[in-house]
Amino acid sequence: MDLDPVLLARIQFAFTVTFHIIFPSFTIGLSAYIATLGVLWIRREEDRYQRLMRFWTKIFAVSFAMGVVSGIVLSYQFGTNWSRFSVVAGNVVGPLIGYEVLTAFFLEATFLGVLLFGFNRVPPWLYVTSAAIVAIGTAMSAFWILSANSWMQTPVGHEMRGGIAFPVDWLTIVFNPSFPYRFAHMLNAAYLTTGFVVLAVGARYLLAGRFQAEARTMMKMAIGLLVILAPLQLVIGDQHGLNTLEHQPIKVAAMEGHWDGSKPGALVLFAWPDEKAETNRFEISIPHGASLILRHDPNGLFPGLKSVPPQDRPPVLNVFFGFRIMVGIGLFMIAASLYGAFLWWRGTLFETRWFLWILSHSWWTGFVAVIAGWVVTESGRQPWLVQGILRTADAISPVPGASILGTLVLFVFAYGIVFWMGIYYINRLIAKGPEGRAVDAAEGVPSRPLMAAEGAASDAMSKRR
Amino acid sequence: MEWYLPVIWAALIGTAVAMYVILDGFDLGIGILFPSARSEAQRDQMMRSVAPFWDGNETWLVLGGGGLWVAFPTAYAVIMPALYLPVIVMLLSLVFRGVAFEFRLVSHSKTWWNYAFTIGSTLAAFSQGVILGGLIQGIHVKDGAFAGGHFDWMTPFALLCGLALIAGYGLLGATWLTMKTEGDVAERARGQAKFLLMAVLAFMAAVSFYTPLAFERIAQRWFSLPNFYFLWPVPTVTAVVAAALWYWIGQRREILPFVATIVLFLLGYLGLIISIYPYLVPPSLTIWDTAAAPASQIFMLIGTVFLLPIILGYIVFIYWLFRGKVREGEAYH
Ligand code: HDD
Ligand code: HEM
Ligand code: HEM
Repeated sequence: MDLDPVLLARIQFAFTVTFHIIFPSFTIGLSAYIATLGVLWIRREEDRYQRLMRFWTKIFAVSFAMGVVSGIVLSYQFGTNWSRFSVVAGNVVGPLIGYEVLTAFFLEATFLGVLLFGFNRVPPWLYVTSAAIVAIGTAMSAFWILSANSWMQTPVGHEMRGGIAFPVDWLTIVFNPSFPYRFAHMLNAAYLTTGFVVLAVGARYLLAGRFQAEARTMMKMAIGLLVILAPLQLVIGDQHGLNTLEHQPIKVAAMEGHWDGSKPGALVLFAWPDEKAETNRFEISIPHGASLILRHDPNGLFPGLKSVPPQDRPPVLNVFFGFRIMVGIGLFMIAASLYGAFLWWRGTLFETRWFLWILSHSWWTGFVAVIAGWVVTESGRQPWLVQGILRTADAISPVPGASILGTLVLFVFAYGIVFWMGIYYINRLIAKGPEGRAVDAAEGVPSRPLMAAEGAASDAMSKRR
Repeated sequence: MEWYLPVIWAALIGTAVAMYVILDGFDLGIGILFPSARSEAQRDQMMRSVAPFWDGNETWLVLGGGGLWVAFPTAYAVIMPALYLPVIVMLLSLVFRGVAFEFRLVSHSKTWWNYAFTIGSTLAAFSQGVILGGLIQGIHVKDGAFAGGHFDWMTPFALLCGLALIAGYGLLGATWLTMKTEGDVAERARGQAKFLLMAVLAFMAAVSFYTPLAFERIAQRWFSLPNFYFLWPVPTVTAVVAAALWYWIGQRREILPFVATIVLFLLGYLGLIISIYPYLVPPSLTIWDTAAAPASQIFMLIGTVFLLPIILGYIVFIYWLFRGKVREGEAYH
């Protein structure tokens, strides 16, 4: 059997990077939420905020650890699996990631120590400042990595010499054409993701009749944020798409399922794009809709997939469905937050049980939308790894398929365990809820003495055995 | 400029790797010594002594790897595929021991995460040793790309280096514990430190005898004149520091053994650099052969000059904040 190293390396990278992005989408937003709770706690001196802050910090700790370890894997995979990429793009992408380490990773990793262990050691203002620093660190990390990724989508500010990219103008490289849109869209995505998790947890407590005061605070804070950010995401996404049309028109053609560029594009609601027959099956669409959105003219034209030979087209199915999943969830988010705000204004938000039920089951929406969005972005760039400069198939390391397959199996196995245990533990922390009073907290986390006792008990047991 | 930049970068990355080895070394060492704890409370105590620091410590690994990519992309692109399996095993081990810090706290039964922490830490140390050994023994390169076999790295020498690093990190961990903990844990760590010191010295001696015999280029470096006149102090000082370390452990000193272990590591590291400089990928690619574009190295250098002191500043602050000893049964977070 012939193992295709390129395909395997792609699967491996897609698997590990998808696993990784789950955690940043949550920790970027959650750290900002924790810092906000901290500020409210200091300003208003209400215990409720402090309890919530400590509660979410425990969940944050578990997620952050998974984000860190899976991120370290990624940074080494550029060398292990994509060594040609490291050489060809290293001069440009390397320093951007280097700056991420220096400005973001050290910051967040170090002040995380204060956030997790400093509660009894530092004054409240310093504790809350550390939380804010962690939040800023995560956002800065997004800044640099998205700059690197955007440069791979829309490379500018460099020149090619002997097949290798050399930087010419760093400002142009960092602020490349797709970067502002991608940064805004992803950062907003992270806040939306976290917002829906907080909302879902609040709704869950209300339905169960537990932690009423905390649950109301959580829900109000989340809805207040989401009602602004969810519609904003539609606006940013729209602008992002227009920008992509300018720089990567074939990606947009795949998103819209648009084959023939000589006719105006329809807004395809559902279809099954058939790559062999170069047409859509089972299409349900609004004629001229896509042209109207993308060209602001019902008869406007934009390139279709058939304008390039098949080997230069991205995998249409991934892009097409990824895009619909993301936008579908985006529309759900807008509807849910607007309706929530409406109920809040009517004063019945906390009693409308069917709505709370829906919210309590929608914690996953942000994660799925983020992953779907990245599939659109990355699959849509194929067959290029760096648009117009380096093809994915030419970027591979000289490593045999068997090694990549073997390590892929290891990754799936290891991440499988870590992921399910992580979800399970987070769920348990949520089920336990924001218990304890501020008085306890001064002597350490309330759960702690209990655990020491548990430890002693299990030791006693094992000795007896 | 074209000549100096790679040298400056080699020095910077060398520093990042040294920082990593020392800082993550002691917290991996805690994992290696973990099975010797007598109770769950003692395990908590050991883990707590490093819990606020481990993430920051591991970031030096990202800086080392990332720095290598930034400044010497060709070397990065040769070394990673050549040492593919040990690198991936190291990363996976770090995954398990990393999440163990948090998972252990929230799980009902700690047993599995105790294992994950121990095995992950030990295997990570071992693979790092193998990576080091694989690099010292040389990588087959053709046209600036890796062209060797996929198990070239698997030699008795590389495996020996793997074991050596387990002992070395164990020693760092043990002397860290004598400094940062009290009671039973600290007491036991003293005994372990003595044992591990002997092991480390034995490994150092083995490597020092084996490498000049096996690799002509290393023998040339150390034993040709006039090099020898300048280099003989390295092993001599190492012997003196080792003796002092042994004495200080016996004297029940708390901070000095840890400091002496660090010096011991730095001396070993210095010996290594002497053996392979100016090659980054022995025996063929020097730091100049693999350097990134000067524009990239300069861009990154400007940031590093400003940011590294700030980073070191807040790292010192964190160690200062969590100063003092960790007792048995104290709160976690
Ligand atoms: C939008 C944000 C974002 C994106 C697109 C990525 N990451 Fe990430 N990464 C983060 C946001 C982040 C984060 C929020 O800063 C961390 C810290 C903890 C966490 O959960 O995510 C993180 C952690 C993290 C770490 C560990 C840092 C530490 O030691 O503290 C590394 C090495 C990477 N990432 C590397 C990568 C690579 C190579 C990526 C691309 C392929 C990548 N990340 C995509
Ligand atoms: C600097 C940042 C990034 C780089 C250098 C990068 C690079 C790559 C590479 C080398 C591949 C393999 C080629 C392929 O399968 O088509 C890939 C695919 C992929 N990446 Fe990225 N990526 C980056 C950021 C991200 C992020 C942050 C995500 C978020 C989840 C992501 C999601 C994906 C996905 C889903 C695929 C699979 C695409 C497919 O199946 O065709 N990437 N990327
Ligand atoms: C509401 C309507 C939305 C529209 C019109 C939209 C539009 C887009 C477009 C056009 C892209 C691809 C850009 C490119 O590759 O060049 C994209 C990517 C992406 N989307 Fe959306 N999006 C929407 C909602 C969402 C939501 C709700 C989330 C997550 C909560 C999300 C997360 C992402 C992510 C993570 C990416 C990949 C990163 C990037 O390229 O920005 N999007 N989006």
